[in-house]
Amino acid sequence: MFNALLARLHQGHRTIEYPDAPPPPLPERFRGRPTIDASKCPDGCALCAEACPTQAIENSDKPRIDLGRCLFCSDCVNACPAGAIRYTRDYRLAVRQRADLVVHPDREIKLAAAFDEKLKRLFGRSLKLRQVSAGGCNGCESDVNVLGTVGWDLGRFGIQFVASPRHADGLLITGAISQNMRLALMKTYDAVPSPKIVIAVGACAISGGPYAGHPEVQNGAEAAVPIDLYVPGCPPHPLTILDGLLRLLGRIEQGRNLTPDLAIAE
Amino acid sequence: MSSLGTPASSDSHLATVANGRAIDRAAVPELSLEEFQQAILAAVGRDQRVVALFGMLDPDPAIVPLYLVLADDQQSSLRLARTRVRGDRYPSLTPRCPQLHLFEREIAEQFGIRAEGHPWLKPVRYHRSYRPGHDAWGRSESQPLIAGVTDYFRVEGTDVHEVAVGPVHAGVIEPGHFRFQCHGEDVFHLEISLGYQHRGVERALIGGPNPRSIHYAETLAGDTTVGHATAYCQVFEALGRCQKTPRSQTLRGIALELERLANHVGDLGALAGDVGFLPTASFCGRIRGDFLNMTATLCGSRFGRGMIRPGGVAFDVDAPILDDLLERLDASEKDCKSAVDLLWDSPSVMSRFEDVGRLPLAAAQDLGLVGPAARACGLQRDARHDHPSGIFRFAHIPVSTCDGGDVFARAYVRWLEIRHSIDFVREQLGALPSGAVRGDVKPPCPDQLAVSLIEGWRGEICHVALTDANGRFERYKVVDPSFHNWTGLAYALRNQQISDFPLCNKSFNLSYCGHDL
Repeated sequence: MFNALLARLHQGHRTIEYPDAPPPPLPERFRGRPTIDASKCPDGCALCAEACPTQAIENSDKPRIDLGRCLFCSDCVNACPAGAIRYTRDYRLAVRQRADLVVHPDREIKLAAAFDEKLKRLFGRSLKLRQVSAGGCNGCESDVNVLGTVGWDLGRFGIQFVASPRHADGLLITGAISQNMRLALMKTYDAVPSPKIVIAVGACAISGGPYAGHPEVQNGAEAAVPIDLYVPGCPPHPLTILDGLLRLLGRIEQGRNLTPDLAIAE
Repeated sequence: MSSLGTPASSDSHLATVANGRAIDRAAVPELSLEEFQQAILAAVGRDQRVVALFGMLDPDPAIVPLYLVLADDQQSSLRLARTRVRGDRYPSLTPRCPQLHLFEREIAEQFGIRAEGHPWLKPVRYHRSYRPGHDAWGRSESQPLIAGVTDYFRVEGTDVHEVAVGPVHAGVIEPGHFRFQCHGEDVFHLEISLGYQHRGVERALIGGPNPRSIHYAETLAGDTTVGHATAYCQVFEALGRCQKTPRSQTLRGIALELERLANHVGDLGALAGDVGFLPTASFCGRIRGDFLNMTATLCGSRFGRGMIRPGGVAFDVDAPILDDLLERLDASEKDCKSAVDLLWDSPSVMSRFEDVGRLPLAAAQDLGLVGPAARACGLQRDARHDHPSGIFRFAHIPVSTCDGGDVFARAYVRWLEIRHSIDFVREQLGALPSGAVRGDVKPPCPDQLAVSLIEGWRGEICHVALTDANGRFERYKVVDPSFHNWTGLAYALRNQQISDFPLCNKSFNLSYCGHDL
């Protein structure tokens, strides 16, 4: 007992203050939202699109990156002879519409909007989620679990993962939706009482990720269920997931100074 | 079966290759099926292990070639052989060599050849045969395949009941189906049915290397990104005879041990949580993140995505990063010790860890267990020691064992390994060789076979690649440590309380996606 108290003293209080204060600094090499400087693109060059393992880059006129497919690897950055594509350390990536995941060279980002008033009243202070893992690599699950640790303490926002779909307000889906999980996913979805929401976390759940096009998977959850929040990444950083959840619940007020470090990743 | 005589005493008829080396495919001796099976029995009788046994497609659709990789841990060498199975059946060796049971099931499912006499020849991942028209269970193409729908073992009798759990679980966990045969609270038998995470990675690797290949390797099991990516790169480099730089090898070793640290610390916290001991559960959940963040300092990703690449590593470290990592390593070491020592000091924890989920040494040996689960039964088995590659040829990490085979032993082995890994990372950060972090990358040579063994945090990761006449992957075999160990968990549950399942499960902490591929 005495040792437990000593250990408690040693370990201290570690829950981050975010979103009431800026989040802890991310590593210099962290790869957040990419930026494209199309003015640097050599004429007719498509090396970035060719290097991309998941065909996330479309290069018909100016390159555009679909974050729903992006693995946040450096293959395009390394392939580009002109340095036109760079990663920033902007962790804010979650959106409400699939089309908003596409990064254009000259378009503003459109982050996830909050629920309407009715859903905000229902879920704003208490959101219970059932997690369904369906054909991924357990990376997203790991960083969703991290949100439950003392450092992040997801419970303080009233967000909780529950053991039964009957107790849930929605699903948090990870994985490319393997053929072998499709039935279980649908049964789980049907068992959640309405109104219900679906959150797709990670490139797999949004587009199939590295497994896109495999006959063994369904290329993401969209073919099976309607999606209310897309959190891209492979896997997304816990901060990216939390930012998305809090935006959805209207817990990150507009205008508050939480502008992240937009420096280019090293 | 009866035609199998006394096992031969010598294995001079097998090819020998070292971990991380390639061999001409033509140099792998082709044995008759009988000689092939005798070679397996003889080797296992000499304490060698089957690290891989797999089929592949042949131009002749009536034939399935089988390849065998045996590990001789004493000699630090690997033995290779192949055979050809003609027809849709062959005699199973599982009754005489239980560690083959899942390999034979996998071959049956992938290539439609039945291992006759196998005691539980059931599907592994629930997909169609890779050889159209050859299904081991005679199912037609039109018959729907539903994962988990199979004949389960059933115990009959009054007061016997069955408990079915999954594939969707109560927490944030991967999908799997668990079927318990219980008498009251006691578990007679647990059967584990997986395949829900099957996403066709092995099949997709065929025809590579291509831009996706390394990403497949990194996501075979996302919590073992460094382990699997290193195994892949080692195969790639062996096939192309690439030169590797000392600095890259050291950085790979550091990343591998950081991955082990994060996961072992997380497991100890989760074990504490499963017995309701919240201090260690809370502390370790956070400290795990500290180790993940060290990996992110190296390469930007908490899971080591992007770090390991053919030819070396994609990120170098400079003096400020080294100093920062060393400082954080010291702090995390203190935090770990403070958090984990509480476990061993608390009688309420020890009484829940000790003598629960005991796996006897003989069972671990028969089933071919690997990793901390094997070492917790007293087996001296660690690829870093037995088949060292990269930095582990020069920097030795002691093999940590315990001999209880229970939850406590599996927890304590992790604690021993945490301390050794911290020492290793500190030593290597302080003695990083100079030079480049990436050597020349040459494409794989044609008609080669390469084997790579890496001791990931769960145990031995085995990758085997065979190239065709154009230097493309004709077959790529992945054996995740979980492939060997899931049956160990099922065995450890025998005669345990069903309420101890979460604790036992966490003490193994196996991968679903690594198994399902």
